[in-house]
Amino acid sequence: MNASGAELTGESLHPGTARGPLLVLTEPVSFWGGVNADGVVVDRHHPQRGTSVAGRVVVMRDGRGSSSASAVLAEQIRSGHAPAALLVGERDAVLLLGALVAAELYGVRMPVVWLDGFALDRLCSDDEVEVRAGDPPGPATVRPCVAAR
Amino acid sequence: MTRSGTGSGTRSDTHSGSPLRLTEREQQMLDGRDGEAVALCMRLVTGVARASGAPRLLEVASAHVDGCLYHGRAGLDFAERLVETGGRVSVRTTLNVGSLDLLHPWLVRDQEIAASGRRLMQAYVELGCEPTWSCAPYQSGHRPALGSHVAWAESNAIAFVNSVLGARTDRYGDFLDIAAAVTGRAPDAGLHRDEARRAVLVLDLSGVSRALLEEDVAWPLVGAVLGARAGTRVAALTGLPGDLADGGRTEDRLKALGATAASSGGVALFHVVGVTPEAPTLEAVAAPGAPTLSVGTADLRAARDELSTASGDRLDAVSLGTPHFSLTELAALADLLRGGAPFADGVDVWVSTSRRVLDEARALGYVDPLLAAGGRVLTDTCTYVTPVLRPGTGVVMTNSGKWAWYAPGNLGVDTVLGSLAECVASARAGRVVRDERLWG
Repeated sequence: MNASGAELTGESLHPGTARGPLLVLTEPVSFWGGVNADGVVVDRHHPQRGTSVAGRVVVMRDGRGSSSASAVLAEQIRSGHAPAALLVGERDAVLLLGALVAAELYGVRMPVVWLDGFALDRLCSDDEVEVRAGDPPGPATVRPCVAAR
Repeated sequence: MTRSGTGSGTRSDTHSGSPLRLTEREQQMLDGRDGEAVALCMRLVTGVARASGAPRLLEVASAHVDGCLYHGRAGLDFAERLVETGGRVSVRTTLNVGSLDLLHPWLVRDQEIAASGRRLMQAYVELGCEPTWSCAPYQSGHRPALGSHVAWAESNAIAFVNSVLGARTDRYGDFLDIAAAVTGRAPDAGLHRDEARRAVLVLDLSGVSRALLEEDVAWPLVGAVLGARAGTRVAALTGLPGDLADGGRTEDRLKALGATAASSGGVALFHVVGVTPEAPTLEAVAAPGAPTLSVGTADLRAARDELSTASGDRLDAVSLGTPHFSLTELAALADLLRGGAPFADGVDVWVSTSRRVLDEARALGYVDPLLAAGGRVLTDTCTYVTPVLRPGTGVVMTNSGKWAWYAPGNLGVDTVLGSLAECVASARAGRVVRDERLWG
């Protein structure tokens, strides 16, 4: 989060609330083939290989790779190995679908929030944030948790 | 390979601002008049439409569904929910690979995946999908018309249908593919729209050795470079030879290019100027001010080395046919094998293809030379999504950039990317054999 810890506003793509440490992906990763069932990045080409996305507020500037990522994400949400929330820079349907289906089948709502490049630039890995996303296409907020620092 | 460029695109991520408007018929589907399966599918389609800023839905002519590959219980729960609530596809729908080879089920080593994978495949057939079980449905008679709207999933199939056939699909994933097939609708967004199909980047390949471009191995490498440079953006490629009416050769090359570009980047559409249908000229397809990057032989060589994680000449297996081999590729393989030595003991050679192509190839005598040499054919599935390889397999050679990209992570093996001829020579020798003359 930026030095002043200001709240960032984006657009809700999928509703929900979540809290967790940020994980800013430095390169795109495909959830199919690139992240395993336990939520660990296994893409051999990825600089953050070995990092877990589970329980993190994951920041993805770009989507990448296989369209099977939706099912992998839905299964991670079911089994409790998914990110706490996704903050995305692209209106990519693939991960959104995983969140939509998990909500339909299991009632678990993992928020997905679109942020512009200016807001994405203000996010730093490991900072604790709270994400609140209303019904789409309404607003969503990403707020630093000062107490956690 | 570097991954420059994915963050600075001219891609439009701005919301159109106009709210989604449904027709009366679509609203009825959403309200449950056609049953709960249609309503659930409509909730998914409209959920994605809202997120992507689509002003309306489009009627789609066909669908290709990737959801039949088992990735865990969620996918199975979803398909069985649709079956239980009376779901049925409303447009022609083909199926991607599943998790097992239904014709040769003993080849799959994990019994839990086999049992759940079989249930999942069965559920999609019950929804009315055609049991094509192929990632290359365009080789099994499913070829949508130029300019038609479709809802296709599976990254290589998406790249092919958009780029080579000029039909229009966005990057659909599991769930939305079958939701579009059931409702016959998809969001009017992304690559369905004219403005999103223009190239915002030009790759000039006129500096690549012409002799190298006559080799099959060059094309997945062009795809690897394209994916790295373009990310998810639409690019136009200049300086490449090709003719889509040449009986399959150019199509096979562009299939390999697109599959690798969709893996190493998120490429869903590319244009080859003078070859693919939307790009008769660069001016016809490039957005104003699109920058040009030059790509040379050295870039392709670097991509080859990145996709070859093994060192030394150890070889345990060879994997061909990802995406599924076409009839022309099986013919080329048969030509290389006829009258030659069998494969070495200890090297398993796998060729993945579709049932339909296998039947045609068998009738033409293309399969016998492979079996006689000791190779094996896998249908319905593929060697990087399914536990087929023998335990202990360490180094696998492939002519597929997509296989080489995913296998180290998916299967824990090391890879060697080579031409079809290099793969055959290596399988015979029992060790990795390179033809360095290709690389100047």
